[in-house]
Amino acid sequence: MRGATRARWAVGAVAVALTATACGGGGDSGGGGGGADGIVSSSWGDPQNPLEPANTNEVQGGKVLDMVFRGLVRYDSKTGQAKNEIAEKIDSSDSQNFTITIKDNWTFSNGEKVTAQSFVDAWNYGAALKNNQKNAYFFQYIDGYDKVHPESGSASVDKLSGLKVVNPTTFTVKLSQKFSLWPDTLGYAAFVPLPKAFYSDHDSWLSKPIGNGPYTIESYSKGSSMNLRRWDDYPGSDKAQNGGIDLKVYTDNNTAYTDLTAGNLDLVDDVPASQLKNVQADLGDRYINTPAGLIQTLSFPFYVKAWNTPGAVKVRQGLSMAINRDQITDQIFQKTRTPASDWTSPVLGEEGGFKEGLCGPSCDYDKAGAKKLIEEGGGIPGGQLKISYNADTGSHKEWVDAVCNSINNTLGNNKACVGDPIGTFADFRSQVSTQKLTGAWRAGWQMDYPLIQNFLQPLYYTNAPSNDGKWSNDEFDGLVNKANAETDKAKAVSTFQDAEKVLAEQMPVIPLWYQNGSAGYSDSVENVSLNVFSVPVYNEIKVK
Amino acid sequence: MGRYVIRRLLQMIPVFFGTTLLIFFMVNVLGDPIAGLCGERRCDPATAARLASEFGLDKPAWQQYLTYLGNIFTGDFGTAFNGDKVIDLMGEAFPVTIRLTIVAIVFEIVIGISLGVVTGLHRGRPIDTGVLILTLVVIAVPTFVTGLLLQLLLGVEWGIIKPSVSSEAPLDELIVPGLVLASVSLAYVTRLTRTSIAENARADYVRTAVAKGLPRRRVIVRHLLRNSLIPVVTFIGTDVGALMGGAIVTERIFNIHGVGYQLYQGILRQSSQTVVGFVTVLVLVFLAANLIVDLLYAVLDPRIRYA
Repeated sequence: MRGATRARWAVGAVAVALTATACGGGGDSGGGGGGADGIVSSSWGDPQNPLEPANTNEVQGGKVLDMVFRGLVRYDSKTGQAKNEIAEKIDSSDSQNFTITIKDNWTFSNGEKVTAQSFVDAWNYGAALKNNQKNAYFFQYIDGYDKVHPESGSASVDKLSGLKVVNPTTFTVKLSQKFSLWPDTLGYAAFVPLPKAFYSDHDSWLSKPIGNGPYTIESYSKGSSMNLRRWDDYPGSDKAQNGGIDLKVYTDNNTAYTDLTAGNLDLVDDVPASQLKNVQADLGDRYINTPAGLIQTLSFPFYVKAWNTPGAVKVRQGLSMAINRDQITDQIFQKTRTPASDWTSPVLGEEGGFKEGLCGPSCDYDKAGAKKLIEEGGGIPGGQLKISYNADTGSHKEWVDAVCNSINNTLGNNKACVGDPIGTFADFRSQVSTQKLTGAWRAGWQMDYPLIQNFLQPLYYTNAPSNDGKWSNDEFDGLVNKANAETDKAKAVSTFQDAEKVLAEQMPVIPLWYQNGSAGYSDSVENVSLNVFSVPVYNEIKVK
Repeated sequence: MGRYVIRRLLQMIPVFFGTTLLIFFMVNVLGDPIAGLCGERRCDPATAARLASEFGLDKPAWQQYLTYLGNIFTGDFGTAFNGDKVIDLMGEAFPVTIRLTIVAIVFEIVIGISLGVVTGLHRGRPIDTGVLILTLVVIAVPTFVTGLLLQLLLGVEWGIIKPSVSSEAPLDELIVPGLVLASVSLAYVTRLTRTSIAENARADYVRTAVAKGLPRRRVIVRHLLRNSLIPVVTFIGTDVGALMGGAIVTERIFNIHGVGYQLYQGILRQSSQTVVGFVTVLVLVFLAANLIVDLLYAVLDPRIRYA
């Protein structure tokens, strides 16, 4: 039996090898000491674009910018209200010409002073066509934008004519139209100031961005991790309560969640859908589920004639009534979404323009009424509703199937609604934005800034950049223009709500639900919360 | 021998062009990658046009392919959409995946061949039946089940390993993922070795070796095993390429930032430069591994000669 002896030896060797890993593995979790200098480890995703403020349009890159930069205005993490940060005051007498004065005690972490010029240069850089910044359209309201960033062709000038530096702490902005809420948009990351190093040595800035926020970047290895450390000389009031944040890129949020439950990670800001059932048992009250500025809708193609008729309005209202929102948010999303009854988000608050029930009976589940309306409207155009979605991320299949199921039940027809998966997000977006789809499609809108304007104008105004369904309504456009010209904020908000009532009558898109942000954290950290953008408020996290 | 190698190397050229051409066009017909870059909103037309021309997407596909090939020969694999050079991504991903593959191959060789020899020499005995059933189970259970199960048990429940691999991916953290990655191939190696050994155990040269009074160890290792290894080496050789390219599932489960991860990201974001670049290198690895396998035949069995 000598062979068998050898086999036993081989098995033994593997066992030894496994035990050896054990010693290497278990020891160093978390990292850093406790208390005020403790380091928080957090899950992260690979940013899709280079980390330039005006080029970052998704959450993962936005997270970093939020830690490394501060702008003129900052949104309160709980209420979403815009408050002056670097701005001393932003004045305007006519809602079109603004004078911005900044505090003079701000510096970048490399010692350079933050001046009016730092803002004007950054904004000019962000708006200029030649720099390919994906958020360039944030500067569209500033006078001269159409010159530095024309719809097609090349730019004639490279500086916005609406920006003027008066002195090191003052600059003026002239908008191309009246926009009373414009100062409230300035909390968006695209509007942050940039140091001179950004322009003089762009590549090395990108490999290790320098900003003026509560954290500095200690090391950044692209695609795998970023270590941020507290900047002790940070001039702002919201100093970091911990020693730093270690962001770790996860290929799969399930793995991040597993790491959290194994005590290997402190914070996961995206609890995977498949774990929602276990999350209460695993984390208890260390699970956060709070509203975020995100709404999901069902869009229709108004460039297809059959959907752009008076009868089709009834059909869309009927379809909206046929969807059992309560059941779907309960059973499929485990209450991480809230049934929608307007076109904004609860994070705006009553004052900001959120109004529960604005949609009226059209957003209530009513089988009989739905069937009646759809029949009155002449039935679903083409006889079948196809709902397109991207199948690669976001597990959209489950809820699209559930929505279809709900519609089919109402109409007593198994083929009235079907899901239509599209392979990748890129392909889905390309079909949506080039008007290739002839049925309905899933849409989602994450706010850029907590303003009712941001939930309406970019999506439903005639030819607006994200009006993919090409819906157009003069009454709606008129009300939006009127709201933007209001000097009184409350008046502006209520006029926007009037515009929203046009949406309730016409139902260009069906509101489905408001999405919550979900996060989980380990028991070695406390004071964890998500802001209105569902990004963790990193600087407030305390290490026990 | 030298001539043979040169001929094989020359044969690689058409294979190389063919595969890159196929992959390039397959990725290109997927649609407009720029559309996905701006998230849920449409890129404004002027920026989209500029981005398209920067990445060369506004030219006809055949022209893009020629430019791409031209660049490859100067070592320029292009730029991924997030601004990283593909060659840098490779520099990060390949060392990790190569380490993982080495761990997996070592497991295949050490465990697979040992078990194969043991079972082959003891056909029909309980140990043979036991190992056969075990390999059957391993082959039948999908890798992601094995992976998640081991991750849960060793990582979360018992705390023996870290559930995820750190970004440096040192060798010791890769042992469990390597075992998971190797598991199915390992079962095949066991079975291949077993059959081959069992067949050759009755061969004349083994009987002669035993009759000569050679020690049992020498008979098994130098005579029996060496002659039985040819099908096994063929399998392991082709497996090198398969493991490197097919590690997507294992890499995702254990959060390893290797080739599989980069390919997955590249496909999701329709970054043709990333996908084509990585696949091109994988094809080269595959071709090289096959060449080495063919050359190894002559080492194992000197009767095989190349001209």
